[in-house]
Amino acid sequence: MSASAGGLWSALRRDSGALAAAVLLSLLLLLILLGPLLSPYAVDSIDFDADWAQPPQWAGQHWFGTDGLGRDLFVRSLEGGRVSLLVGIAATAVSLLIGVAYGAIAGYFGGRLDELMMRAVDILYALPFLFLVILLMVLFGREFWLVFVAIGAINWLDMARIVRGETLALKQREFVLAARASGLGDFSILWGQILPNLLGTVAVVATLTVPQVILTESFLSFLGLGVQEPATSWGALVNDGAREMERTPWTLLLPAGLLALALLCLNRVGDALSDALDRGAD
Amino acid sequence: MIRYALLRLATALPTLLLLVTLSFFLMRLAPGGPFDGERSLPPQIEASLRAEFHLDEPLPRQYLRYLGGLLRGDLGPSFQYQGFRVRELIAAGLPVSLTLGMCAMALALLLGGAAGIAASLRPGRALDQGLMSLAMLGISVPSYVVGPLLVLLFAVLLRWLPAGGWEPGRWSDLLLPVVALALPQIAAIARLLRGSMLEVLRQPYIRTARAKGLPESRVVLVHALKPALLPVISYLGPATAGLITGSVVVEQVFDLPGIGRYFVQGALNRDYTLVLGVVLFYGATIVLFNFLVDLLYGLINPRLRQS
Repeated sequence: MSASAGGLWSALRRDSGALAAAVLLSLLLLLILLGPLLSPYAVDSIDFDADWAQPPQWAGQHWFGTDGLGRDLFVRSLEGGRVSLLVGIAATAVSLLIGVAYGAIAGYFGGRLDELMMRAVDILYALPFLFLVILLMVLFGREFWLVFVAIGAINWLDMARIVRGETLALKQREFVLAARASGLGDFSILWGQILPNLLGTVAVVATLTVPQVILTESFLSFLGLGVQEPATSWGALVNDGAREMERTPWTLLLPAGLLALALLCLNRVGDALSDALDRGAD
Repeated sequence: MIRYALLRLATALPTLLLLVTLSFFLMRLAPGGPFDGERSLPPQIEASLRAEFHLDEPLPRQYLRYLGGLLRGDLGPSFQYQGFRVRELIAAGLPVSLTLGMCAMALALLLGGAAGIAASLRPGRALDQGLMSLAMLGISVPSYVVGPLLVLLFAVLLRWLPAGGWEPGRWSDLLLPVVALALPQIAAIARLLRGSMLEVLRQPYIRTARAKGLPESRVVLVHALKPALLPVISYLGPATAGLITGSVVVEQVFDLPGIGRYFVQGALNRDYTLVLGVVLFYGATIVLFNFLVDLLYGLINPRLRQS
C-alpha cells in the first residue's frame, strides 16, 4: 500500500462515478459558502411577513420555505451544512494529528514500545466511544468545542493503525537506510523522510474520516446533545424536521437530502481513493 | 482452544475495567453535582441526599462501592426516576431493544448476504453496479435520516403502517424500525461479502471444483461461501456496536420504550447514574459480543488458534 498524490488524482479521474461525486461535492461546498450571501435572511432571523412554516417557493424569497418559527430554511440548511462540515474537518484534523504521530512513532521505533502502543490501541478500539462522548456531554455541558475534540479523539485509532503499518514498511526502504547511514537523527528521518511518504495514505484515510465525523456529529445533534440553538447543524435540522414532518415535510426533506448527498459524495470519493491505494497507485 | 479463549478474555476484561474506571471518574470530575437544580435545596436535605447516594464518602471508597455493586449487577439508583434502580429501568427496556436488535441483525445477515453473493457473481455488470450503488447509499444515509423518511412515506403518506409506538405482539409496529435499523448493516455486509467472495472465487480450488463438473450453485454456496464468510463473522462485533448506536436513534424516532429512550431522556435530564449505567451496559454488551465473535472465529478458523 503506497500512493503518491498524483497517482491518486489520476485514479480518481479514471473513475467517472467518483469524479462526478467530487464535482458535486465541490458544488455543494460552493453553495454552502456562498449561498447564504444570496439570500437576504440571517440564520436566526424570523421573517414576520412570511407565514410560519411556509412551503418552498421557487419564485419567492424563501426558496426552501420557512420552518415552524418563520426562519428561512435555505439559509439554515446551508448554515447547518457549514457547521457540520466544519466539525467534520476540524475533528478530522484532531484525529490526523494524534493518529499520525502515534502510528509513526510506534512503527518507526518498533519493538517493545510498538507492542505496548498497539496493545493500548486494541483495548481502546473495544471501548464504546460514542457513548463516552455522550457521557462527556452530559457531565460537562453541551460545549461546542467539546464536540470536535471528543469526536477527533475517537477517530484517531484507524489512522494510527494504518500509519503504523505504512511506517513499518517505509523504514526498510533504501532511502531511509541511506538517511540513517548519513547520520540523520531519528526525528529528522521521521519528519523529512517518512512523513512526506505517508501523505497519500493519510489523505485517503482523512477523506474517509470526514463523513464518519459528520455522521457522529449529526447523531449527537439529532439527539439534542450536539450543537445547541440558535446555532444549527444538519443533524439538528433533521431532528427539528422529523418532529414536524406531518405538517411541514419540507423541513425534514431538504436538510436530510443535503446531509445524505454530502455523505454519499464523500464516501464515494473516499472509496475510490482507497481502492486506488489498495491497488498501489503510483 | 482454551488457551486462545483465555487470551481473548485477557483483552476483554481490561477493556471493561478501563470503561468502568474512566466513566466513574469522569462523572466525579464533572463540575456541579446531580442536585444542582434551579432551586437550591436546604443544606440539611442536600446533606441527607448526599449521604443517601454515598456522595459524602471519600472518592476511592465510592469507587470500590460502585465496583462492588457492579459485581452484584447493581448500577445504583436513578437520580431522575425516583424510587427506581438503574438496573430496573434497563430491564424494563431490554425486551424491546433486544427484539429490535435481533430482528435487525437477522434481516441484515439475510439481505446483506444475498445481495453480496448476487453482486459477486458477475462483477462489473448491471446487477453488481446497481446493488453496490444501493449499498453505498445505505452506508451513507444514517438511521436518523432513513427512519423519519420511512415514517413520512409509509405512515404519513400511504398510511400502511403505524408511525410509532409499541404494543407487545403487534408485528406491524416492528417493521419500519427494524428496516431503518438494519439498512446500514445490510449495506455494510453486502459490500464486505462481495469483496471476500470475489477474492475466494479467484482461488484455484474453485476452478478445480468447477472443472470436476459440480453445479455452479454448489460451488458458490458451499465451496466459496464458507471461507468468504470469515470477514463477515469478524464484522459481527462492529455490527453489534452499530446496531446498539442505531437503536438509540431508532427508538427515539419511532417512540419505542427501549433502553435507548431511557438513555436519551437521561442524557437530556442529566441523570448521571442512568447515563453511566446504560453506557456500561452497552459497553459490556459490545465487549461480550466481540469476545463471542472472537471465539466463533477461532472455532471456524484453526489457523488463528495456533498463532
